[in-house]
Amino acid sequence: MMDTSTLLALVQDGVVNGAIYALLALALVLVFAVTRTIFIPVGEIVSFAALTYAGLDGKTTPPVLALTMGLGLVAFLRGAVKARGRALMILALETLGLPATVTAIVMAVVPMQLGIVANAAIAILCVAPLAPLLYRIAFAPLAEASVLVLLIASVGAHLALSGLGLLVFGPEGARGDAFSDAVLEMGPIILPGQAIWVLAATLATMIGLWAFFRFTLAGAALRATAINRRGARLVGIATDQAGLHAFWLAGLIAAVSGVLIAPLTTIYYDGGFLIGLKGFVAAIVGGLVSYPLAALAAIAVGILESFAAFQASAFKEVIVFAGIIPVLLWRSLRHVSVEDEE
Amino acid sequence: MSLLDAQNISVAYRGVRAVEGVSIAVQQGEIASVIGPNGAGKTSLLAALMGLIPSQGRVMFDGHDISHLPTEARVERGLALVPESRDLFATMTVRENLMLGAYRHRGEGAAKRRNGMEEAFDLFPRLRERAEQLAGTLSGGERQMLAMGRALMGRPRLLMLDEPSLGLAPLIVRDIFRTIATLREKGVSVLLVEQNARAALALSTHASVLENGSVTLAGDSAALAADQRVTELYLGAAH
Repeated sequence: MMDTSTLLALVQDGVVNGAIYALLALALVLVFAVTRTIFIPVGEIVSFAALTYAGLDGKTTPPVLALTMGLGLVAFLRGAVKARGRALMILALETLGLPATVTAIVMAVVPMQLGIVANAAIAILCVAPLAPLLYRIAFAPLAEASVLVLLIASVGAHLALSGLGLLVFGPEGARGDAFSDAVLEMGPIILPGQAIWVLAATLATMIGLWAFFRFTLAGAALRATAINRRGARLVGIATDQAGLHAFWLAGLIAAVSGVLIAPLTTIYYDGGFLIGLKGFVAAIVGGLVSYPLAALAAIAVGILESFAAFQASAFKEVIVFAGIIPVLLWRSLRHVSVEDEE
Repeated sequence: MSLLDAQNISVAYRGVRAVEGVSIAVQQGEIASVIGPNGAGKTSLLAALMGLIPSQGRVMFDGHDISHLPTEARVERGLALVPESRDLFATMTVRENLMLGAYRHRGEGAAKRRNGMEEAFDLFPRLRERAEQLAGTLSGGERQMLAMGRALMGRPRLLMLDEPSLGLAPLIVRDIFRTIATLREKGVSVLLVEQNARAALALSTHASVLENGSVTLAGDSAALAADQRVTELYLGAAH
């Protein structure tokens, strides 16, 4: 039998992890809605951000910058074949100029040892651009391909990044410093500072996203592209730009998640995959289209996971991933499927 | 110089020719029409002009070759298409749909956008009543109005309309055609593609008849309306 305090602790653990899954689920839904890509490498972005954050010691330059600059160069060469004039200049700025600027800023800021929040920002800044660069290299050229082809490209990108991750970070895991050592006690609930950070950052990200989609033209353009790609092109929205923006947002969200999770658990170069997969489970529950459903499902996944870990820790992952089967059955019975376009 | 001058346009789907060597021109400030039966290639022709599907041939717009530009770049230059499928943003409100129609003028201030929105509402008062409603909940006629309103928000130089009367009640069709006539007075050039040949010929200055992917007849709309073949095939023998 489980007493109340254990129950509360499990729920609390579940909600905190679930919040991170929720962020990833949002990133996955966003990328899928706009580009029809199931963004599997989201997990690598999480790992890389966590490892970069954990590895900041005030002396060494984050090794991931080599990867960011390398991918930038590949993206530039890939795009330079076709781009001319102004487009070429923008491409150079985004693929070469931006990673170089990030590197310069980070190299200048790291030795200052500005503290944990600055470190979080550095890790996000170093890793988030990987997503739009991947889009330029692997997904934008396939924009008109089927969902299956995009999925295959996504698996390829995941495998490649995972290998590069081993090269850059090595096989050892790392754990980051908690954002705060404070502990909030409210009756039977003991809330560690990191949990509060996770919940607050998740909430802030969600509100930020909502405001972006609701109040800005760029956000409306992304929604429009997700709803009707042809309609979006007909009003003059360049769908490859919309895709790029979606990947930028996904990269930022995933990097934030990585930094948030770094103090909670030891992360390895390939550890983000499972975390991303749990976000994916939640995204699937939302049919890959509904943000609120995906976020709620993510919390449910987190709670299920924490109870599974307590009751039958050996079967933790099995129980979580088996949880998707009844959902898929129910969805298929209701016949709400996400159709491939055309 | 013609505003739109499409030369020798061909479209093939998996080896089947949907459009074969079609040339068509629209003059500044005129309504031109393309009439023809279902499956003649009208929709494919418009999709090709808009850059939505691959095609051969040359599309000149305002003296520039736009054949190799993607759809959004053609929109930037002032070409607009209201497709038969409307392609509205179904889960966005009428107002949001209209706002996105002005996407190509995104550098302009909010005041100008509001003016454009007012103009669209004046043109289609029904949309004003439905401004906060989701586009997906509109009736067929209202959807057509919204699709036209959205396209007009971009202040296009050439508005291409694909079967605006399709599936709509006669009263609404009359309204829509009346609106198209007022567009000409506002200086918008229109390329109207219609199965409803009588209405299209009455409204337009020049017309082409498209059959099996090729233009079989072209000329003054009035002359075509009097042409015996057109009369028999498209206007009914009652005349």
